[in-house]
Amino acid sequence: MIAIERLCKRYGDAAAVDDVSMVVEPHTITTVVGTSGSGKSTLLRMINRLVEPTSGRVLIDGADIALESPHLLRRRIGYAIQGLGLFPHRTVAENIATVPRLLGWDRARVRARVDELLAVFQLPPAGYAGKYPHELSGGEQQRVGVARALAAGPNLLLMDEPFGALDPIIRGKAQDDLLEIQRRFGTTIVLVTHDIDEAFKLGYRVGVMSHGRLLQHDRPARLITHPADPHVSQLLGAGDRSLRLLSLITAGEAAAPGSVDGPVVAAPLSLREVLDELVWRGATAANVVDDAGLPVGQVSLAAILARGRAAA
Amino acid sequence: MSAGGHRRWFGLDPLGALLCVAGGLALAWLPFVLFKANRIVPGEPRALSEVLPAGMAFAFYAMVALVALVALRGSNAWVRLFIAVIGIAVAAITVAAAASALTPIGDRVVRVAPGGAFWVLIVGLGLLAADALARLRPGPLARVACLVAVMGAIGAALASGHFDDLSIMREYATHATRFTHETRRHVSLALGSLAAAVAVGLPLGIACHRVPRLQAGVLGALNVVQTIPSIALFGILMAPLAALAAAWPALAAIGVSGIGAAPAAVALFLYSLLPIVANTVVGLARVSPAAVDAARGMGLTGSGVLREVELPLALPTLLAGIRIVLVQNIGLVTIAALIGGGGLGAFVFQGIGQTAIDLVLLGALPTVMLAFAAAVVLDATVELARRVPA
Repeated sequence: MIAIERLCKRYGDAAAVDDVSMVVEPHTITTVVGTSGSGKSTLLRMINRLVEPTSGRVLIDGADIALESPHLLRRRIGYAIQGLGLFPHRTVAENIATVPRLLGWDRARVRARVDELLAVFQLPPAGYAGKYPHELSGGEQQRVGVARALAAGPNLLLMDEPFGALDPIIRGKAQDDLLEIQRRFGTTIVLVTHDIDEAFKLGYRVGVMSHGRLLQHDRPARLITHPADPHVSQLLGAGDRSLRLLSLITAGEAAAPGSVDGPVVAAPLSLREVLDELVWRGATAANVVDDAGLPVGQVSLAAILARGRAAA
Repeated sequence: MSAGGHRRWFGLDPLGALLCVAGGLALAWLPFVLFKANRIVPGEPRALSEVLPAGMAFAFYAMVALVALVALRGSNAWVRLFIAVIGIAVAAITVAAAASALTPIGDRVVRVAPGGAFWVLIVGLGLLAADALARLRPGPLARVACLVAVMGAIGAALASGHFDDLSIMREYATHATRFTHETRRHVSLALGSLAAAVAVGLPLGIACHRVPRLQAGVLGALNVVQTIPSIALFGILMAPLAALAAAWPALAAIGVSGIGAAPAAVALFLYSLLPIVANTVVGLARVSPAAVDAARGMGLTGSGVLREVELPLALPTLLAGIRIVLVQNIGLVTIAALIGGGGLGAFVFQGIGQTAIDLVLLGALPTVMLAFAAAVVLDATVELARRVPA
């Protein structure tokens, strides 16, 4: 668990981060969203002491990180940034091996870990281990960047706009992969982004920052239904509150017993996507099936609309 | 790679045409060999036809015509390279033969020197060879191999004794022991001041990169040093070094004095600092900030980031600085002879003093060759360092 307590960072008179307190739940993804200059990156960089706070403190599992040597602290925290910062003069395998090597792992263990991660990230070791970053596509580089951040199996992973340089299609895939990786390794992730859709898609909890202050830190649905600050509603956009809410609920969660005469939708689809399907086909209800194709139940147009209402 | 795409000019190779005109004019107006009764009188021009047997002179001119034809019309770079090398060999053999023919057997006074036409031909053929080589686009290792082959060929030709009757080789024979000594001194002054400049300049450059406020001051001061003419700098250093040596006899004992190698080494070191520091700063500034941030974020220490990320990525720029310094130093060491620093410049100044142009060449030609070799080797190293993708 990470506890951030009254954290401030001032540069002269300007406060980059102004009295931020938050608790990050272990084994979840917390996203921090805000415009550029909102202080979200500075907040993130204070968690691994790339930036030293002016006041306040950060506790990881109850221990104040200010008491730990910065580079030793950073070796047990994964770090992935926009533009990735892959080392251009090192191969993919050498890049991934950076932190394990710093930790003094023996050669065989490093190699085994690199091969394991390459396989997890769908980069077959035989073809990719010896390549240099510039020989990879943007999406592949991004996967290497995350693999490198996870190389030593950190409990905590900090990500600063990790998908910022990707085109929309690859970005969607990278986000799905990250959710999958998080489930697989149970890593606690703090991810900073300026993209509200990304923050909602990935975040178990979402923090909204503006001008150095943390305006609200809550489950995504609560941000929509109970915004704590006009800035929060403004950031979320007034035009699609209900649709955003629907996008947080899957068909599987909303399914009621029974079956209807209508199209079939997969359980992991969001209600927003089911709504689109129903409107598109002119249907009033859909059957929900799980990954194996077995029926789960049905969702009706009326049930979907009820879920999208304020104060649901 | 064939040079088929090369631009032509009325069907002729433009460089070839230029070189043919220059070579033709030189052969028509300048002497090929100069005969001197002794080493300091001006030479009298001698025509090849007077010196060599008619058949040999004819063979030489026929060869020159063939080279000219290929230079004008040949489009295959390999053929052009081959004919240029043959041309150089023929010119060298001819001038050596002329020297042997003009020197009475056993005579140690008469000097036969290559004339203007010979030098124009050698430079022209060298350009032709360099152009052909450039069209072939050799890799860095191939270029170093070429250099080794050329140096080996020159060394073997000189060692064979065929050129011993040429004036410059006569001077070499007279000064053989000193030549070896001065060459060694020349190289050690150039490399030693480079090594000292790297030892001081690299940390200084790193400091300038880390502390931007330092940068303007340090680079400004080094720029001022760079603008002082070399002779003036040697002069400026004389007084303080002489004073130092007088104050601390221990320093004098290890060779510090107002004249000699000490001020030369110090001046060369000062000149070397700017390119080393400036290229270190530029090289480090070019390193991707994301890579440095990621390295720090993953827990590399300050020196770890420098050693594993910043310096490897700045290496090509750094090596480019070292190349500038080494080539510059090899030339500057020549001037150091003026203040008793030794090196090949000693022959140059001695030769000027004696109006013995052959002695000047004995100092100047090896200096040019050293600088050229240093440039080729370091250019190749820079290219190899860049190959590691950056």
